[in-house]
Amino acid sequence: MSEINERIRDGSVRVITAEEMPELVEELGTDGAVREVDVVTTGTFGAMCSSGLFLNTGHSDPPIKISKAWLNNVEAYGGVAAVDLFLGATQPSEDKGDEYGGAHVMEDLISGRDVELRAQGAVTDCYPRSELETTLRLDDFNQAIMVNPRNSYQRYAAASNSTERTLHTYMGTLLPRYGNVSYSGAGALSPLPNDPDFEYIGMGTRIFLCGGQGQIIGPGTQHLPQNGFATLMVKGDLKEMSSEFLRGATFQDYGPSLYVGLGVPIPVLNERIAEKTAVRDREIVTEIVDYGVPRRDRPTVRRVNYEELYSGVVDIDGAEVKTSALSSRHVARKVASALSDSIRRGEFLLSAAVEPLSRVGRNKPMRQTKEFLLVGDVMGSEVVTVREEINIKEAARIIVGGTFDHLPVVSADEKLIGMVTAWDISKAVASDKTSHISEMMTRKVFIASPDEPLELAARKLHHHKISALPVVDKDHRVIGMLTSDHLSRLYGKKRRRSK
Amino acid sequence: MKLMLHVAPGIVRKPIVSSVILETKALINIERAKVDAVSGEIVIDVDLDKCVEVKRAFEERGVRVVLLENPIIKDDDECVHCGACISICPTGTFRFEGSEVVADAGRCVQCASCITACPQRALRLVLK
Repeated sequence: MSEINERIRDGSVRVITAEEMPELVEELGTDGAVREVDVVTTGTFGAMCSSGLFLNTGHSDPPIKISKAWLNNVEAYGGVAAVDLFLGATQPSEDKGDEYGGAHVMEDLISGRDVELRAQGAVTDCYPRSELETTLRLDDFNQAIMVNPRNSYQRYAAASNSTERTLHTYMGTLLPRYGNVSYSGAGALSPLPNDPDFEYIGMGTRIFLCGGQGQIIGPGTQHLPQNGFATLMVKGDLKEMSSEFLRGATFQDYGPSLYVGLGVPIPVLNERIAEKTAVRDREIVTEIVDYGVPRRDRPTVRRVNYEELYSGVVDIDGAEVKTSALSSRHVARKVASALSDSIRRGEFLLSAAVEPLSRVGRNKPMRQTKEFLLVGDVMGSEVVTVREEINIKEAARIIVGGTFDHLPVVSADEKLIGMVTAWDISKAVASDKTSHISEMMTRKVFIASPDEPLELAARKLHHHKISALPVVDKDHRVIGMLTSDHLSRLYGKKRRRSK
Repeated sequence: MKLMLHVAPGIVRKPIVSSVILETKALINIERAKVDAVSGEIVIDVDLDKCVEVKRAFEERGVRVVLLENPIIKDDDECVHCGACISICPTGTFRFEGSEVVADAGRCVQCASCITACPQRALRLVLK
C-alpha cells in the first residue's frame, strides 16, 4: 500500500471507479486488474438519518454553561460540557417543523449562511450567564465535526405498500396496492458491497465525506455484517465540506434527514480485492418489504437485485410496478469521480486501518418492559404439566396441592396437547362418567407465545372468556402460564405506584 | 395540449364540458377534476388543432381557461436527481436520462403528488 501512496504522490497512480471495474476484470482477469489498477473508488449519496454535528461555540463573556441550545430554532443537545453542542440531522425546527431541521442547519452553515444561536445556561459561580443570543457562521465555530453513528449501509431493503392508502415514510411516498417501489443505495458503486469482508475498510480508513476528507471511526450502530447489513460510523470536518455533497432534505410526514455523500477508495492489493470490487448491480440483492404492516418485522414481498431496481420497473405478483430511488446515482457517480480526481491530484492518500471492522455485530430488537409488555415479562414460569394417561384423582391431587387451577397436558415429547381445569375435574366427578383426563381435557387450547404483546394476549383471554393461556415456545413446549391473575396483579401494582 | 379550466361558482352545476364537446366535436380527455360545492378546477387534454376552438367555447360559457404550457418547474440547483418523483407521478412526467432526472412538463396535470414527495423541495407548480 505504501507503493500505491508513493504513486499517488508522484502522480502515476491508476484509478478507476467501481462501475468501471467489472468490465476491466472481465477483460483482463483479476491478475491483470491487480497489475493495471491501483485504486477503485466507490461512492454513495443518499438520505442518512443517523448523522450529526459536534459544534464548539467558544466561550462568551461572561461565560455560559449551555444547558439548552437552538440553532435557527432547531434544538441541539447541550449536555456536553459548557459550549460543546451536538446537533442531530433529523431534529425538526420548533417554528418550521419538518420543513427545516438539523440537516438544513448543516447545509446552511456549509453554504456560508448566518445561523442564529439561542442558549439557556445553568448558572454557576464559574459560568454566571443564564441566557445568550448570537449570530454565527461556520468560521465562527472553533470546531464543527460531523460524527455520523450509522452511514453507508451495505444494503437496505426496498419499500412498497400493500394497503389501500398512501403511506408517507422515511422511504418516501408509497402508493397504495403496490403502486410503486422505493429503494436506497448506490448498487455496485456503494462502498461496502465492494469490500464485504473488510479486507481494506476498517477503523481509521480515510474516506471522502461530503466533499472533505474524513475517517471511518468504527462499525456503525446496528452493524450486522453476518446478515449483509454492515454499517459505518464516520467523522469529518464540516469546514471542508461542500453543499454539492451534503443536503438537508424533508420526507413528507416523516421529518428532516440528511443526504450524505460518502466514498471509500479501495486499493487493489490482491486478486481477492480485485474480484470483490468487480461486483455488478445484478449481484447485489435486497428485499422489497411491505411497509403496510406497521410492525418491526415487515413481510418480504420479494427479493430483487439493483439491476432490476435501476431498470425502473419490477414485477410484483404479475404486475409491473414502477421503481424510484431516494438516493442519487447521479451524485454517487460525482462522489466517486471527485474522489478519483483528488487521488490523481495527489491530495488524497490512502490510510491502512488501525483495526478491522468487527465481522459480527448486533441489531437486536428493543427490550420493551413498560408501555409495551410482552407475555414473557409477566407470565408465571413455574408450570406443572401432566401426561394424558393420569386419572382424575391424580389430577385433582396436583391441583389441590399446588397454587393453580390449570393443568397443561403434554405428550411424551413435552408438546402441549390439551388442558385440564379444576372446573373440568368437578364436572367429570359430578357426572361420574370419565376416569382418565384424556377423555375430558380440552384439546383445542388457546395459546400465547412469550414474545407476544401482553395487550393482545389479554384481549384473547377476554374474547374467549377463559382465564389462562399456556405459553409455548416455537416447538410447542409449555414454558409458562399467563392467567387473569397475572393481569390483575399487574394492574394493582400500577395503581399503587401511581399513588 | 393541456388546458386548465377554472369554473366559477355560478356555473359549476352546469354540464359545461358535455356542451363544449357537443358543440366542438373535440375529443376531450379529462386528466384531473376537482369539483366542490362552489367551484371547479379541471385539467383537460385536447388535440392541438381543436385547442383554440375549445378554449373559445369554454370562455363563452364563463370558464377561465389557462394553457398549461409550463405547469411545473424543477429547480436544478436543488434537485439531486434521486428520482423520488418518477414512480409517484400518475402521468409519467419525470424520467431518468442517463442518471439525471428530466421533466416532460407537457404531461403534467398539476396533481401536486410530486411536490411533497420531493425530499429537496425542488419542484413547484406554476399556478395561474
